[in-house]
Amino acid sequence: MVTELRDQMRNSAAPRSIRPWSVTCMVILVLFGMCVAKPGQAADISPSRFTTPNGITILVLEQHFLPIVEIHALIKAGSAQDPPEKAGLANLVAGLLDEGTTTRSSKLLAEQIDFVGGSLGAQADEDFTTASARTLKKDIDLGFTLLADILQRPSFPKHEFERVRSQILGEITSDNDDPGHVAMKAFNQLVFQNHPYRWPVNGTEDTLGKITLADVQNFYAKEYLPNQVILTIVGDVTVEQATTLVQTYFGSWKKGVVPPRTVKKPAVIDKKIVQLIEKDLTQSTIVIGHPGISRTNPDYYAVNVMNHVLGAGGFSSRLMDTIRDKQGLAYGIMSHYDARSMPGPFWINLQTRTETTNQAITGVLAEMKTIREAPVSDQELADAKAFLMGSFPLRLDSTAKLAQVLAQVEFFGLGFEYFSQYPKWIERVTKEDVQRVAKQYLDPQRYALVVVGNMAKAKVRH
Amino acid sequence: MMSSTFIMIMRTIHYHWRIHLLAALLVFGSISISLGAEPSEYILSNGMKVLLVEVPKAPVATVQVWYKVGSRNEVMGRAGLSHMLEHMMFKGTARYPKGSFSRIVRKNGGIDNAFTGQDFTAYFENVAADRVGLALELEADRMQGLILDHNEFQTERDVVKEERRLRSEDDPQGALVEALFAHAFLSHPYHWPVIGWFADLDAMSLEDLQRHYDTFYSPNNATLVVVGDIKADALLPTIKRLFEPIPRGPSPKQTLTPEPDQRGERRFLLKREAQVPFVMMGFRVPNYSSEDSYALDILESILSHGKSSRLYQSLVYDQKNSLAVGAEYSVLQTDPGLFYFYSLVNPGAKVEGVEEAIQREIVRLQNEPPSEQELQRAKNQVEAARVFEQDSNFRHAMLMGQAESVGAGWRRIDQFLERIRAVTAKDIQRVAKHYLTQDNRTVGILLPLPPPPSDSAPAAAHDGKS
Repeated sequence: MVTELRDQMRNSAAPRSIRPWSVTCMVILVLFGMCVAKPGQAADISPSRFTTPNGITILVLEQHFLPIVEIHALIKAGSAQDPPEKAGLANLVAGLLDEGTTTRSSKLLAEQIDFVGGSLGAQADEDFTTASARTLKKDIDLGFTLLADILQRPSFPKHEFERVRSQILGEITSDNDDPGHVAMKAFNQLVFQNHPYRWPVNGTEDTLGKITLADVQNFYAKEYLPNQVILTIVGDVTVEQATTLVQTYFGSWKKGVVPPRTVKKPAVIDKKIVQLIEKDLTQSTIVIGHPGISRTNPDYYAVNVMNHVLGAGGFSSRLMDTIRDKQGLAYGIMSHYDARSMPGPFWINLQTRTETTNQAITGVLAEMKTIREAPVSDQELADAKAFLMGSFPLRLDSTAKLAQVLAQVEFFGLGFEYFSQYPKWIERVTKEDVQRVAKQYLDPQRYALVVVGNMAKAKVRH
Repeated sequence: MMSSTFIMIMRTIHYHWRIHLLAALLVFGSISISLGAEPSEYILSNGMKVLLVEVPKAPVATVQVWYKVGSRNEVMGRAGLSHMLEHMMFKGTARYPKGSFSRIVRKNGGIDNAFTGQDFTAYFENVAADRVGLALELEADRMQGLILDHNEFQTERDVVKEERRLRSEDDPQGALVEALFAHAFLSHPYHWPVIGWFADLDAMSLEDLQRHYDTFYSPNNATLVVVGDIKADALLPTIKRLFEPIPRGPSPKQTLTPEPDQRGERRFLLKREAQVPFVMMGFRVPNYSSEDSYALDILESILSHGKSSRLYQSLVYDQKNSLAVGAEYSVLQTDPGLFYFYSLVNPGAKVEGVEEAIQREIVRLQNEPPSEQELQRAKNQVEAARVFEQDSNFRHAMLMGQAESVGAGWRRIDQFLERIRAVTAKDIQRVAKHYLTQDNRTVGILLPLPPPPSDSAPAAAHDGKS
C-alpha cells in the first residue's frame, strides 16, 4: 500500500479499549477505500479554511451523505519533541488527555462518549499528536464538548498517571512478542542515532521510568496551545455550524508562545551495520534500510513511483515478484518511505523461514541494486503511474481518513491544490527521474540490517 | 461482532508491522437512519444471486464475489484447501494468464485481493465506478477455467507455509486461538484452522484443488455484490452478459452434522517462549438463526464495547491485571460458533486472577440484570456502528456478502435492529445463565516460557563487512 501521507492506519483514533493486540487478519480492509474521482483525475476536495483569533487553523469539509461527523485535532508536537532521556513523554501526555479533566473523571468521559456510540481518543506520532471525536450528527455538540474538554482542561490525576504509565510499560513488554516490532525498534536505533526519531513513540522501559507527573504537566503547558492546533471537521455539518461550534467550544482557549524547534541534521549511515536478535522462531524477520526523505522533498513523487516499482506496488512490485511469486520465500514483502517533517526511514521488511534467510537478503539487495543500475521499463513506469493516479481517490474513503489527510496536507504545507494537482505531479515523473532518485535515495552498500530469529540456524552471512 | 476476526485470512497483508485487530470493524445491527441503500436483488438464470446497491456519494465502487466455501467444507487431512485454492485463483486462466489479473486491476487504479474464512471465500476489486465492468469481466472469467499448474502450486504452497509461520507458529496469540477452536470443536470442521496444518498443506495435490474448484466455484454457489456509484438497471445487462453463459454447477452438500453438546469444561495450556500470558475462554453458542442471538449480541456490547464497558472497567481500569480485554460473538456464521473472552495479561499480574475476574463478570451478569442505562448504551452503540459502517462501500458490501454466504440473507441485517431494540435486561441475564456456564466452556491459557539459554550471541550488534 502506498501511503501518500504517512501511514494513515497509525493515525486512527481508536479508543484504548479496543487496543490492538494480535497479528490476525483483515486490517487491509481499512486501508482500502472508495470515494471521489476517476482514474487519472483529481479529487474534488476543497475544504473551507480559516484561522480563529486565538490561532487555531480550522478546516471544514462538508459531506452530507451520511449523518456522521469527525472532529480531528492535530497538535504540532510529537515524540520528536521528547527529551531523549524521557522518550515516550508526548505519547504519555496524549494517553492521559481523556483520563480526567477538571470537569469530568476518566470514567465519565468514557460513559458519555460510549452512550452515544461514538469514539474519543488521542495518540502521539513522531511529528504531531492527534485527538479526535466521532459521533452521529445528532450528537455533534457532545463531540465538541468532550474533545474541547480533553484538549483544554486535562487534569492529569496522579493515580491515572501511574496507571497509564504502567499500562504502557506492559504494552512495551507485550510488543516484544511481535518480531516485526522488535526488528523495527532495533532498526530505528541504528538508523537514527542521536536523532529525534531514534526511540519508539511510546518510549522504552528505561525512559518511561524517568518521566514524572511534572514532566507531563510541563509538556502539556508548553505544547498544547491553540496556535499549535489544526482542527479539521468533516461530515454532515455546514461551515456556518462548524464555525459557531468552534467559537463556542474553543474560543476561550488562550494563545501562547510556540516553543522554538531545533533543526536536527538528517541521520546518516556511513557503513553497513548489522544487528542480529535471537528469538526462538521458525521464521527470520528481516529489515533492511537507511534514512529516506522528508515529506516536503521535491523528489517525493518520483520516489513514490520508484518505490511502487521496487516494493510498494503490492502484487505487481519487483520484490513481490521475485521473493514471493518466483521463489516462494515470503508471504509478505514490502518497501516503505515514511516521509516525515525531517527525513524518515526507508526500509524493506519481510519474514522468511529460517533456512532461507541469506537467500532472501541477497534477493532484496539485488533488487535495490538493479533499480539503480538500469532504467525501469516503459511498461513498469506506465503501470506504476496509472495505479498511483487512479487509486488516489481510494485513499480518501471515510470521513476519518479525509480528516487525517486534510490535517496532514495543512501540517506539511502542501496546499489544497494537492488534491487537484496530484495526478499531474505523478504524471510528469520520467524514467530518468526514477533512476536518478533510486541512485540518490537507495544505497545497497551503506544500510542497516536487522534480523530477528533463530541465529544459530539462520547463519546470517551478510 | 459478526466478523470472524480471528479466523479469516487473506491472500496478503499490507501491513505496518503490527497488524491491529479491528475489534469494532463490523457490528451486526441495522439501519436506524434511512439511507436509501436497500439493495436490488436478482437471481440469474444459472442460479447466481446478485445484490446491487447504489451509493452515488463518490464515483467509485467495490465488486465482490462470495463463494459458499470455506474451511467448513474441507475434510480431515486436507485442512486449508479452500485457502490454498484462493491463492491459486490468482494464477491465471487461458484468457488472463498468470500475473495479469492483479496487474490489470492495478493499472486501472484499482485494488484487488481475497480472503477466506470458515464459511466463505471472497474476492474483491475496489475500483473507479467506470471500471466496474472490467472487474466483473475478470471475476466471470476465473469462475471457470482456472489453470492449475503444478509448478505454480509448489511455489504458492511455500508462500502459504510462510503465512502459517507468520500467523500461528511464530505468533503466541495466534497459536492460542488455533488451539482454542481445536479444543472447542471435536468433530465439526471449525476444529481446524482456515490456514490448515503443515502436514495437510504438504499432502495436498493438484487433484484436490481441481475437485474443490469444480465442486464449489459455480454461479449457483456464489453471490455477486456491487456497492458504489452504479445504476442497477444499467449494470444488470452487463452482469447477465458476463455471468449467465456460465453453466450451473453441482449443488454441493452444505449441511454438516452439528457438533455434539459440550459436557463439561475443557481446559488446556500452551507453553512457549513469550513475554506476556494470554487467556481465552470460549463458550459454544448458537448463530444468527437463534432467537437468543440478539441478546448475545447486546451482551457482547455491554461486556466489551468502549472504555466504559464492564470488562475494561473491571480488568484494565480497576484491577489493572490486563493490557487488553474483550469479548466477541460471531453471530454471522453458517454453523454455531463461539462466544469468547480474551485477556492480554499485564506482566506481573497473575493468570489465575485474570480468569477469576472474567468469571466474576459472568456471574454478575447471571445474578443481576444490567441497568437500563447500560442496556440503552449497548443498543445505541449497535445502531451507531451500523451507520458508521456505511461510510465504506467495502464494509457495506462485505456485510451483505457474509450474510448471504452463511445462509442468513441480507434482509436479516435490517430485521436485526428491530429485534435488538426489543432485548430486555432479563433476556441478557437469561442468555448469560444459559450459555456462559462452566460445563460449556473451553479455557486456553498461554504460559510464557523464558527464552532458552543460548550459545549464539543474543542481541549482538556488530559492524558488518560488505
